[in-house]
Amino acid sequence: MKQSKLTPPHPRSTAGFAQPAGFGGAQQCFAKPRLRPLPGAGLLVGSLRSVIGGRLRTRFTLICLLTLLTSTFALAGVKIEHWTSPSGAKVYFIETRVLPILDVQIDFAAGGAFVPAAKAGLAGLTRSLLEAGAADLDEEKISGRLVDLGARLGGGADSDRASVSLRTLSTRAERDAALELMRTVLSAPTFPQAVLEREKGRSIAGIREAETRPDAIAGKRFAAAIYPDHPYGVSPTVDSMSAIARDDLVAFHRQHYGARGAVVSIIGDVSRAEAEAIAQRLTEALPSGGGDLVPPPVKKPQRQTIKIPHPAVQSHVHVGLPAIRRSDPDYFPLLVGNYTLGGGGFVSRLMQEVREKRGYAYSVYSYFAPRKLEGPFEIGLQTKRDQVDAALKVVDEVLTGYMAKGPTPKELAAAKKNMVDGLALRMDSNAKLLGYLSAIGFYGLPLTYLDDFPARVKAVTAEQVKAAFARHVKPENLVTVVVAAD
Amino acid sequence: MKPLLAPLVLLAFAVAPAPTLANPYETRLANGLRVIVKEDPRAPTAVHMVWYRAGSMDEKDGTSGVAHALEHLMFKGTRNLKSGEFNKRVAEAGGRDNAFTSRDYTAYFQIVPKGALPEMMKLEADRMANLKLEPKEFAAEIKVVMEERRLRTDDNPQALVYETLNSTLFQAHPYRRPIIGWMDDLEHMTWQDARDWYRAWYAPNNAYVVVAGDVDHREVFRLAQKYYGPHKAKPLPERKPQNEPQQAGIRRVSVKAPAKLPYIAMSWKAPKLQDVQKDRDPYALEVLAAVLDGHDASRFAKNLVRGSKIAQSAGAGYDGTLRGEATFTLDGQPAEGRTVAELEAALRAEIKRVQDEGVSAEELARVKTQSIAAQIYKRDSLMAQAMEIGGLEAAGLSWRDIDVLLEKLKSVSAEEVQAVAKKYFSDDTLSIAVLDPQPLDNDKHKKPSGAVRH
Repeated sequence: MKQSKLTPPHPRSTAGFAQPAGFGGAQQCFAKPRLRPLPGAGLLVGSLRSVIGGRLRTRFTLICLLTLLTSTFALAGVKIEHWTSPSGAKVYFIETRVLPILDVQIDFAAGGAFVPAAKAGLAGLTRSLLEAGAADLDEEKISGRLVDLGARLGGGADSDRASVSLRTLSTRAERDAALELMRTVLSAPTFPQAVLEREKGRSIAGIREAETRPDAIAGKRFAAAIYPDHPYGVSPTVDSMSAIARDDLVAFHRQHYGARGAVVSIIGDVSRAEAEAIAQRLTEALPSGGGDLVPPPVKKPQRQTIKIPHPAVQSHVHVGLPAIRRSDPDYFPLLVGNYTLGGGGFVSRLMQEVREKRGYAYSVYSYFAPRKLEGPFEIGLQTKRDQVDAALKVVDEVLTGYMAKGPTPKELAAAKKNMVDGLALRMDSNAKLLGYLSAIGFYGLPLTYLDDFPARVKAVTAEQVKAAFARHVKPENLVTVVVAAD
Repeated sequence: MKPLLAPLVLLAFAVAPAPTLANPYETRLANGLRVIVKEDPRAPTAVHMVWYRAGSMDEKDGTSGVAHALEHLMFKGTRNLKSGEFNKRVAEAGGRDNAFTSRDYTAYFQIVPKGALPEMMKLEADRMANLKLEPKEFAAEIKVVMEERRLRTDDNPQALVYETLNSTLFQAHPYRRPIIGWMDDLEHMTWQDARDWYRAWYAPNNAYVVVAGDVDHREVFRLAQKYYGPHKAKPLPERKPQNEPQQAGIRRVSVKAPAKLPYIAMSWKAPKLQDVQKDRDPYALEVLAAVLDGHDASRFAKNLVRGSKIAQSAGAGYDGTLRGEATFTLDGQPAEGRTVAELEAALRAEIKRVQDEGVSAEELARVKTQSIAAQIYKRDSLMAQAMEIGGLEAAGLSWRDIDVLLEKLKSVSAEEVQAVAKKYFSDDTLSIAVLDPQPLDNDKHKKPSGAVRH
């Protein structure tokens, strides 16, 4: 059951319907939803108000980000199989028969980065309207059929990729029918004009609403500032949404949802032979476009501070810049290094200095979100508006100090221990493993990378952390955005 | 397409062993602490949770928010552990930890590689009895809590509406207070308030432990005895019922806040689940909520968002498993150009339609299919399994009821759904809160919560 905004988030409803976001399910976990008209659900928090979740609001976000950052862990004994389907799609597969379920995800290079600014929103709209009609099915038939099968279709679009994921029971009848529906939605979307108009209207209303929210304003302005003249920095606007026509969706689908660039990830209760047939069947009717698409190059921004007025009682702060590509050799030093700076929850320096010692903020964090091209490094916090300068000063001191000296031997050891010993946690469900499979496939990481992970983490030195931060977090490129500034 | 209920039902039986089998396992220590263990060897990990039956509903006026504030303070030092050390130990074990406070309970959890479970139990048992509350630590942490309130509520128009709705529909019952507490109460809270709360409610006889994962229940029981066993039971404060008097007439309130779209939330008083075997209406209300808003093909999505396009979003929710009093709530944002009055009328019309025409066999089948599939999918997540057990226990039910609840839900008839729609949706027990969107006024900083006080 969909969790109402007003009911408790945990599965204690008498029916025990669906689990909330964050507890499993084939939920796609993107670092930064591009369009978030309403507050999203978090781990026990977000829009679910009958529980005050945790001491750390951003924990769920951080888990998601960590998923992106550490997307190649494997449990000992988890075997990833990989092949290329006759259709041209790359396939990644884990057979696991413990539960009678199957998860399938297809990723395409069909994110917002491939859309001109004048039509920003096209990638997300194309993805969401796949389910608005396909072949001879209208949207009511599609949603009704999924519900009747007990299956769930998920996914979304971020900057780099668009995803369609399916969770279904693995019993033959349900599985086959659900996969057939997924194939139809992927290959033969009809993008009905009336649905397009309605969804454009809803998106525009969402954009207008977001323009009143300090968190949304801060996120958009930060992206725009660190990615000047680049699609990574563009958010949908009322004008860009209004400019999108049905032909644009048709063309975007034809060009970006091809089998050649598709990555199919499969995990669950099917055999290798069945997985091969599933992957081929899902991708054989896809359009002929796709392939090696890369967004335009990223330019580094100039150091600047942007202050935006807003009547909120708290200021929302982002500090950061475009940092690394997923393929960057500094990935591990930054991943390990960021744990100590602001990625490791309560044991991080930012959390200690900003929250634990001074009580300046409920949530303070830092992360790297590598993408195909230079993904963002960001430090974020919210604080009572009259103390924002004091909080920024602490952030600056922590970052400068960390850049100068790197982690202490004790901090480095603690970071490695958490990451290596915590490996098992990050892959203890099919849903989590599916995320890793798709990231391996989409970002072209080597299969052996899984087994190498602990060694790669352990090999990181304090000097490497320092050098990597110096290379990728240059003060002359740091952008600060403060919303609700005095 | 024909509903596929039959194969799903069979499947549920095939993969979920009969509920009467031993797993989960439960024991009770001499000090009253109950320990519930769900063995699941799928991955070498474990979830360890401690639930205290003390939530915001147990607070008194003037110290609202103290349950949640104490939750924050539980991560400070104990007589055996330095402040901050708890998080450090969990992190070094490769684990994650957090906690959450609700109206009914406060719960703490760690998710760890299974080898770290004994240490987690030792740490959690330590802070059950040995918390060292320092005035200085309290002073810093209460500021964090106030920032949390600003973030969650004061700058969040829909949260303000919800807070106002709650304090309107409940006037005597403690559910009227926000979990995070009124800002004024937070400003006047003292470390002694937190200490008193801890002394009153943190006791083995007011708690239970839930462990799920790749563990042997006998070993977990042994560890529980070792670490939690030495704590003494203590007499708990008296809990008065504080039942809400019968509401007699509609209540309407509004909240002004910077926003673009209005928002409406409507809550009716509803019965909660008390006797899992004999009760019928709570199950029927659960089905009604699912027919209205349980999935993408449900009535609200189909009729209000896609069909008439009157709503930007629309939801229905009912939770009958709780310690306090239950409500059935509808909420939503009107689409651009539509008014909140139109949306209210549309939401009411959906209830009226069920009253007049009932629900179809297909709709019932879909609810059942969804709930069966969800039970299976839930097994992919240890945390979801532990949460389900803990949540039911918090409401005074038992993990033994999980399968009963599912069976009862499946037994709900169309007539029963229609009957509850007729029975519980009178204006006399209805409270409505509306967001009145205001333009952004950047020159005027709004006072924290000023707009929502009554």
